[in-house]
Amino acid sequence: MLELVNITKQYAGAPLLHDISLTIHAGEIVSLLGPSGSGKTTLLRIIAGLEQPERGEVIFEGRNLRGVPPHQRGMGLMFQDLALFPHKNVFENVAFGLRMQGIPRAEIRARVLETLELVGLASLAQRDVNNLSGGEQQRVALARALAPRPRLLMFDEPLGALDRLLREQLVTELRAILKRIGMTALYVTHDQDEAFVIADRVAILHATRIVQMGTPAEIYHAPANTFVAQFLGLTNLFPAQIRGDGQVVTELGEFRYASASPPGDIPLYALIRPERVRVGTTGIAARVEECVFRAGKYRVRAATERGAHVTIETEDALAIGAMIHLHVEGVELIQASGM
Amino acid sequence: MKYFLFTLPIAFLTAFYFYPLGAILQTSFAGENARAVGEVFSDPYYARVLAFTIGQAALSTLLTVLAALPAAFIFARYDFRGATLVRAVTTIPFVMPTIVVATAFSTLLGPRGSINLALMQLFHLDQPPIRIMHTLTMILLAHIFYNFTVVLRIVGGFWSNLDPQLEQAARVLGASRLRAFWHITLPLLTPALLAAALLVFIFDFTSFGVILILGGARLATLEVEIYRQTVNLFNLPIAATLSLIQLACTLVLTLMYTRLQTRLARPLRLRPQAMVRRKLSSAREKILVTLYLAAMMLFLMTPLVSIVAASLEDGGSYYAELFINRRDSIMFVPPIEAVRNSLFFAAATTVLAVTLGLIAAYSIESRDKRVPAFVRLLDAVYMLPLGTSAVTLGFGFILALGSLRASIALVVIAHSLIAFPFVVRAILPILRSIAPRLREAAQMLGASPHQVWREIDLPILTRAVLVGAVFAFTISMGEFGATMLVARPDLPTIPLAIYRVIGQPGLANFGQALALSTILMLVSALGILAVERLRVGEAEF
Repeated sequence: MLELVNITKQYAGAPLLHDISLTIHAGEIVSLLGPSGSGKTTLLRIIAGLEQPERGEVIFEGRNLRGVPPHQRGMGLMFQDLALFPHKNVFENVAFGLRMQGIPRAEIRARVLETLELVGLASLAQRDVNNLSGGEQQRVALARALAPRPRLLMFDEPLGALDRLLREQLVTELRAILKRIGMTALYVTHDQDEAFVIADRVAILHATRIVQMGTPAEIYHAPANTFVAQFLGLTNLFPAQIRGDGQVVTELGEFRYASASPPGDIPLYALIRPERVRVGTTGIAARVEECVFRAGKYRVRAATERGAHVTIETEDALAIGAMIHLHVEGVELIQASGM
Repeated sequence: MKYFLFTLPIAFLTAFYFYPLGAILQTSFAGENARAVGEVFSDPYYARVLAFTIGQAALSTLLTVLAALPAAFIFARYDFRGATLVRAVTTIPFVMPTIVVATAFSTLLGPRGSINLALMQLFHLDQPPIRIMHTLTMILLAHIFYNFTVVLRIVGGFWSNLDPQLEQAARVLGASRLRAFWHITLPLLTPALLAAALLVFIFDFTSFGVILILGGARLATLEVEIYRQTVNLFNLPIAATLSLIQLACTLVLTLMYTRLQTRLARPLRLRPQAMVRRKLSSAREKILVTLYLAAMMLFLMTPLVSIVAASLEDGGSYYAELFINRRDSIMFVPPIEAVRNSLFFAAATTVLAVTLGLIAAYSIESRDKRVPAFVRLLDAVYMLPLGTSAVTLGFGFILALGSLRASIALVVIAHSLIAFPFVVRAILPILRSIAPRLREAAQMLGASPHQVWREIDLPILTRAVLVGAVFAFTISMGEFGATMLVARPDLPTIPLAIYRVIGQPGLANFGQALALSTILMLVSALGILAVERLRVGEAEF
């Protein structure tokens, strides 16, 4: 449905996007996830036709979009700052795209109300957009983007300004709406939770490239490199060497590595997931430095005698300063990221 | 593509600004006349004239800004009954022809003026206690009176859309009211303040009628001197040299201004006025605002009211005179026809000046670094007519456009040329403030470039365009210097008719002038009120 081929873009002389290739299938929701400044908004604007890449092609439904202006691309975009038209009311904002298509008045009316119904705003049609709450404004922006029935709908961090609770609620609701109408969507965000909730597949953008693409589960279970792991909140990463006998050597000690062939000559790191560490009577000695209650468990940070920090999860609270012993049940090896 | 928008306004300026100016220079500097330059630069008299011109303009501007700043604040931030009416009324002085303003101040504050007469009667004095006729004080008062609304409109208009949260944020961070104003609001207002101050300064710098009448024989600005050299002494080379000096000064001012503006401009998030305005709450607020507004109205209205009162002194007979052509010659028409002529010229000027101004504003709107350097220079070029005296412009028209002499288009062109920079200045800041995101959002919803303009730019610009239209209309109604030289004798405008009857001896003639002034006042006031009404219905952006 949408195919990006080797998109390259510079910003102020420095590369911003390098050889980005990406495919989105019809009816699929893909999230573009990356830290701020990683060029994800620019990529989205290139797809929309609001910016031109130095190199590369945007193929949409089998057609190369080079030279096609934004208003003829049949895409929708929900902006980060929403960009609701301040001089039009809710109804007029949502009707705008339909009017541009030259649809008859009566049909516009029906479709606007139908779309407002879909986002749960039917009662606010005649309200001034400036006097709506944040959440209501989001819904108006969504309705406005949905109403013309774009063949691809893009989102540029549309929930960034909202509080967490509302964001979680809206993102779940948004996915439900998009799935109900079978919309193909590209969702740009820097929030990993948001990306994982909304997307069928997630593309992670880092240092001008897409470093990993896959379903949320695939990415979580096999992060492509240390950047992805850290971005997902997996912080127990230790430089590792593989000995001839297949043992993995780290500052925490030696571990057996199950997988067949360790990756090439890129520096490797051992990833230890918190749930795979147990506190026992034997094992690596460490001192508890921090203990916070989170999501039903205690998240404990401990320092080994050699100064390495390990984060683990426990059922019970541990006293700060207490000596504990860590038993690591397994490690994964991942590549160091380029930067 | 967009860069080529400038060709239309530039073609207009070339034909009706640069070409006439060139004609003046050519006529005056040809051959031996060149020694006029040496004469101007060696005679200390001209240096004193220049110094006085700059000094009075600077002082007038400073006082005008200081006087009008509280008004800008009050109208931007407070919502009170009658605000629209009061603000519309403040525009009236600006509409008055300088000759009327001057007459009003002398009838009010002159030695035989109503205030002096009243004081003399009250305190049994033999001499008028206020003796400011033909002094700088009188000139300053008239200039503040005249330009008050420029500062109020430009600064107040900008202020009324400034996000109050910025100032509130500063207050929460521990800044006192004064410090929050000084560190947050004032810097944000600076572009608007500079824009207003620049306009006022250039106005005062080229002020003519006020200085000529209120300044007397001793006080002369460059403009008055140019007029005297042209009309009284017919010394065209000297007049041309002085025009050149004046032009050089205003050009430098304009360049300074554009450089400052690009440096100071920062993207602002504009707010609808409804979110910015609030009601007067505390008693202290109410008293202060009421006192200020009362003083403001007294200052702005007394001279005008005194004209109206004087025009009615003879029980309305002055008005009856307007319908009669006393002289019975082809050159003179019943003064009432001047009203019709003025309305026609003003309407045509509004259309032409707003069209040109809108196109011109678009041609320099972009602040993209990739814009060619000459486009950035256009901003200054568009401002040129502002800094050129009306007398010089009219004179240039006669020299250069002799073939159009009989055409009524000449008046409309001259008025449009003078109004054009005002329209550009009124539209440009709002145009630049439209968030690019809004245009992109419209594009993404399938709007073609043309539709984006019609649906986004136009409605948001409507208010700015209306402000520009008010300026164009009122400038045309009140324009005096250039009209004197280019209008056909059988098609006089209101200011011209006033000048004609004022030039004739007799109380009845002065009465006619007062009656015409009153009509001009009413017509303009009604026009402004109509526009203000229209604005209320519009979305406030």
